[in-house]
Formats: sequence, C-alpha cells, structure tokens
Amino acid sequence: MAAKINKPRLAVWKFASCDGCQLSLLDCEDELLAVAGALDIAYFPEATRGAVKGRYDLSLVEGSITTRADAARILEVRQRSRALVTIGACATAGGIQALRNFADVREFMSVVYARPEFIDALATSTPIADHVHVDFELRGCPISKRQLIEVISSYLAGRRPVTPGHSVCVECKLASNVCVTVAHGTPCLGPVTQAGCGAICPAYNRGCYGCYGPMETPNATSLTDRLRQLGMDDSAIQRIYRSFNAEAPAFRNQGQRRGS
Amino acid sequence: MDDTDQIVLSVDGLQVLIDVLTADGYRVIGPTVREKAIVYDDVASVADLPRGWTDEQDGGRYRLVRRDDSALFGFAVGASSWKQFLHRPVVKLWRARRSKNSWQVVPEVPPVERLAFIGVRACELEAIKLQDQVLLEGEHPDSHYQARRDNVFVVAVNCAVAGGTCFCVSMSTGPKAESGYDLALTEISDGEEGTVFVAEAGSGRGRSLLAKLPHRPASAADRQSAKAVSERTAASMGREMRSDDLHELLHRNLDHPHWDAVAQRCLTCGNCTMVCPTCFCTTVEDASDLTGKEASRTRRWDSCFTIDFSYLHGGSVRTSGGARYRQWLTHKLATWFDQFGTSGCVGCGRCITWCPVGIDITAEVEAIRDSEAD
Repeated sequence: MAAKINKPRLAVWKFASCDGCQLSLLDCEDELLAVAGALDIAYFPEATRGAVKGRYDLSLVEGSITTRADAARILEVRQRSRALVTIGACATAGGIQALRNFADVREFMSVVYARPEFIDALATSTPIADHVHVDFELRGCPISKRQLIEVISSYLAGRRPVTPGHSVCVECKLASNVCVTVAHGTPCLGPVTQAGCGAICPAYNRGCYGCYGPMETPNATSLTDRLRQLGMDDSAIQRIYRSFNAEAPAFRNQGQRRGS
Repeated sequence: MDDTDQIVLSVDGLQVLIDVLTADGYRVIGPTVREKAIVYDDVASVADLPRGWTDEQDGGRYRLVRRDDSALFGFAVGASSWKQFLHRPVVKLWRARRSKNSWQVVPEVPPVERLAFIGVRACELEAIKLQDQVLLEGEHPDSHYQARRDNVFVVAVNCAVAGGTCFCVSMSTGPKAESGYDLALTEISDGEEGTVFVAEAGSGRGRSLLAKLPHRPASAADRQSAKAVSERTAASMGREMRSDDLHELLHRNLDHPHWDAVAQRCLTCGNCTMVCPTCFCTTVEDASDLTGKEASRTRRWDSCFTIDFSYLHGGSVRTSGGARYRQWLTHKLATWFDQFGTSGCVGCGRCITWCPVGIDITAEVEAIRDSEAD
C-alpha cells in the first residue's frame, strides 16, 4: 500500500452571501472527485458538518462583512489559513448587499423588521480585503466553475492562476460575437468589466451586466458618456453600475455621477 | 493576365463555383448575416450570402440596412476579418503528461483543413499579405498559420460600395484587388441579365477552376462596367488619411499631448486590435490539472491594450491608456515600417467602426498633424 500523503486541507467559509459561489464547487460535478482526491475538504458546511478546528492550507471565502461578529470571525479565518482566496462579488466587492452603503441601513431595518432591535448589522457591506490580507481574489456573480478549478489547480501546482484582468470585449472577439453596442445600440458594460464569464450575455444579444466587476484599467467615465448617447439617463446609469459590484470603486464613482 | 481573360458568371455560375469548391474538399466561407451584422462564416449556397443587404458604418456604429436591389456583395467589410480563420483566436500548442519522474510533451499537430474564402476585399488581401510576412517570413515560421494558409483558395470581390469608415484609397490597398487571389469578381447588380459577375483568374488553379464554370466571355461593355464599379467605389471613401508622411510625423510626436486626450475616451478594451486584420500579437496560457499529471499550453490573441501585454519584471511598462493607444497607433502606422518595411494599416476601417466609443484613427492622426500647422 502506498504511503499516506498529507493532502492540503481545504476550507470553504461563508459570510454575507447567497451561497451561489460555494455551490459552484459542488457544481463541479466532473471535477469534484479530483478536487476531493487532491485536497482534504476539511471544512465545508454547505457540503458537510464539521467543526472550526485546526489550520487550513487553502481557505475559500465567500461573502462580505456586514456584522460585527463576521468582522471578528474573518480575523480568525485569516489566522487559521495559510492561503486565503476570496470567491465572488460579495467577497471581492461587497456584493449586492453593498447597496446599503448608499443608504441608511437603520431606515431599512425599521421598515422590514417588526423588531429591528434584534438586528445587529453594520452600516456597510465591505469586501474581505478591507479586513484582512487576501492572497487572491476570484471575481464573478457567481464565480465561474472553470476559473474556480483553475485557481485550485494553480494552487496545487504552485503557479499563478490564469484569470486575465482584461475586458469582456476580448472574450467576445475570441468567440466571434457581434458587438451588441456597435451593431445594435445596446448598452453594455463589457468594455469596463473583467473577463471570466466567457461573455455569456453578449453571446445572447444582451449587454454585459458587469458581474465580474471592473477590469484592470477601467475607463468607466468614457463608457458612461457613451451610455448617455445610447439613451440612458442618470437613473438608468446609476442602476446599471449599482448591482453586484456597486461598491467596486470604478463602478461606485459612476453610480454617483450626475449629468454630462 | 490581360483583360481578354475576363469572363462573365451568372449567380447560378457563382453557385457552381461554391459547389465545385465544396466537391474539391474545401470548407467554403463567405459573408453571411448573423446577429444583425455581416460576418464571415460557412456558406453552402448563394442563398446564405447577404443578398440585398448593406451596412452603414461610422465611428462606434454599425447598422445592417436593406438595399433597393438584390446585390450579393453590396456592403463593405464584415464585422471581423479573415484573420479568425488563418491566425486562429485560440490555438492549443502542446499537451504534456507526467509519467513517473518525467514529462512527455506532445505537440498539437495543426489540422489540415482546406479553406475557400469567398468575398475577400482588396484591403483584406493586403492584410493577409502583411500577416504572411509577419508570421511566415521570419526565422521561425508559425506552423499553425502555415498549415491553414497553404490550403486557402481565395475568391476576391472588388468592392462596389465604400463603407463609412473605409480609407483603402489613402493606404493604396484598394478598392480593386490587384494580386493575392485565385479568382476576383466584380458584381454588376441588377443589369439586363440580372446580377452578374465579371470574373478573372489570378492563379493557375483559379484559371482551371474558372474553366469549369458556366460562363460567357466578357464584352468590352462588361469590362467597362466592372472598371466603373471600382472607380465609383474609390471616389466614395468614407474616410481619408494622408499616409505619405506618417512615419516621420508620428516619430516626431511621441510626447504629443493628444495621446492623453485620446486616453480620456479610450476604454483600453482591446476591440480595435481584435478586429484589426493585421494585428498579430498573442500570449500563451499554461494549464495544469488537479492531479498534476496533465499540463498544456494554449496560445490566444492578445492586445497591446492589456496590462499583461507589457508586463516585465515587477509590472507593466505601459500603465496609462495614452501610452497604450500610442503604442498601438505608432506601431501600426510608423514603427511597422521600421520592422517590416511597410505600413501595418490597410484602411479597412474596422478599428473605427468597432470601437465602442468611436475613436477614429484617421481623425487622431489628423489632430496631431494639424497641431503642427498651428
């Protein structure tokens, strides 16, 4: 019998999020056995019941920080983790719940909850990197299975993950998609959004919704001028930037712009 | 080949051409309508061609509109170029498998596919020549490009309309195809015999194929009509750009403030480089699997507008949008001369049309030139 090899210990942590990104791991049906073969899945509440004990070689962190308890817990996760990788728009940019950053969360609570005094929420939703050192950020809402496997494979091989920071436009052109903005006049965030999804929406004649957040060198100011020419008013422009990555600086700034 | 070798094909004759090429084992690719644009894709018959369609092109804007005739090639250049078939966007270069303590590397063999291109425009023929020079004539010919290029049959079409962003006349690359084709067609739409094509061969295999097609000899009037088509197109270019002084003009103005003015608008999205029929830059991406037993290397189109493109130790050397736009434009119009002895721009206008914010290479050059006159 072969000698027992100590496999790297993997943990998957959840903060304020919808679970969609960590479910992407379970959704890797074809690769799941290989993942389990290469890593010891030591903590993954979505898949198993396990205790928060010991140390982990690779922690995947989903979700944003929205409570005082989570702000403390992420410090503990960081301490227990050799490498910490954030997955998804919540963890990397604050998520859709960062819309509270532009409003008064106490007012929301008073409207939504019968007994708001039971709710202990921070005034803001912030990305993990605002709280602890993050070794790698994997973008997306949700993340792509392919890129998640790439991050894990590259971690195991000790190489840099291939997750280019260029625009979605490059993915459209590699796939021979016809540009929806130029040929149809459809507003699209592709030019300012990081690639990774495979340009799914433009492939179906929809403008990009910016799920992967700002690309490496976004010129959102120029794109916003173009969106105005295509007929979007201030409120439409605010809505298109204020979604899953509303708190990402390049998108946040456009959401706050007024007039041209 | 002299004028007496010109013949006249009917639309049915064009169908026979497609049929003969298909029977000879060619994958026939031509213009067709997809997603409200004219793209190059597989065509099985003349019914797949954009009959009665034309395109309106301007900075950042493309619209497919109906013509009032039934011309088959009554439009300018397609959304993306023939580059996609010769210099493929993504190419697997090799795979490797680990066995005990060594790696076995297996190169990917380029597929042998015979391609027939129908409707290649003069500017596109020049673009293919430029890519041939870059990818084949150096010390290390690109075997993947070579494998595809060696098996291409080219049917050129002389442009009957100039697009709104066309400037081939300025770049001396069109609108009439001069060389680099097996067959060249000039469409005479909706004449007394309906739509016909004045055809001529540009190669031996073109000549022998032409003989297989039903045709009649071209009369003096046919030849005159064909000539008039190219003259009319040449006189209606959507854009122009003075090109005799570009090398010196741009070398003189590397620190011009206009580069930063363009950067205010430039999205650095890379669309211009992707649609450019001569841009040839690629990057490689390495992959390894979860078991650590399999690895591979893939090549894909890259762009001088990405940060990784100029990444040296410690970071990118072209971090500003101005530096990246300048790199692209000066390479295309100036340092291409230093590197390859010719211009890298063929005046197809795609970079203008398909820029989401309509940045216009001809206007940016003009702005720099005008500033010197002040």
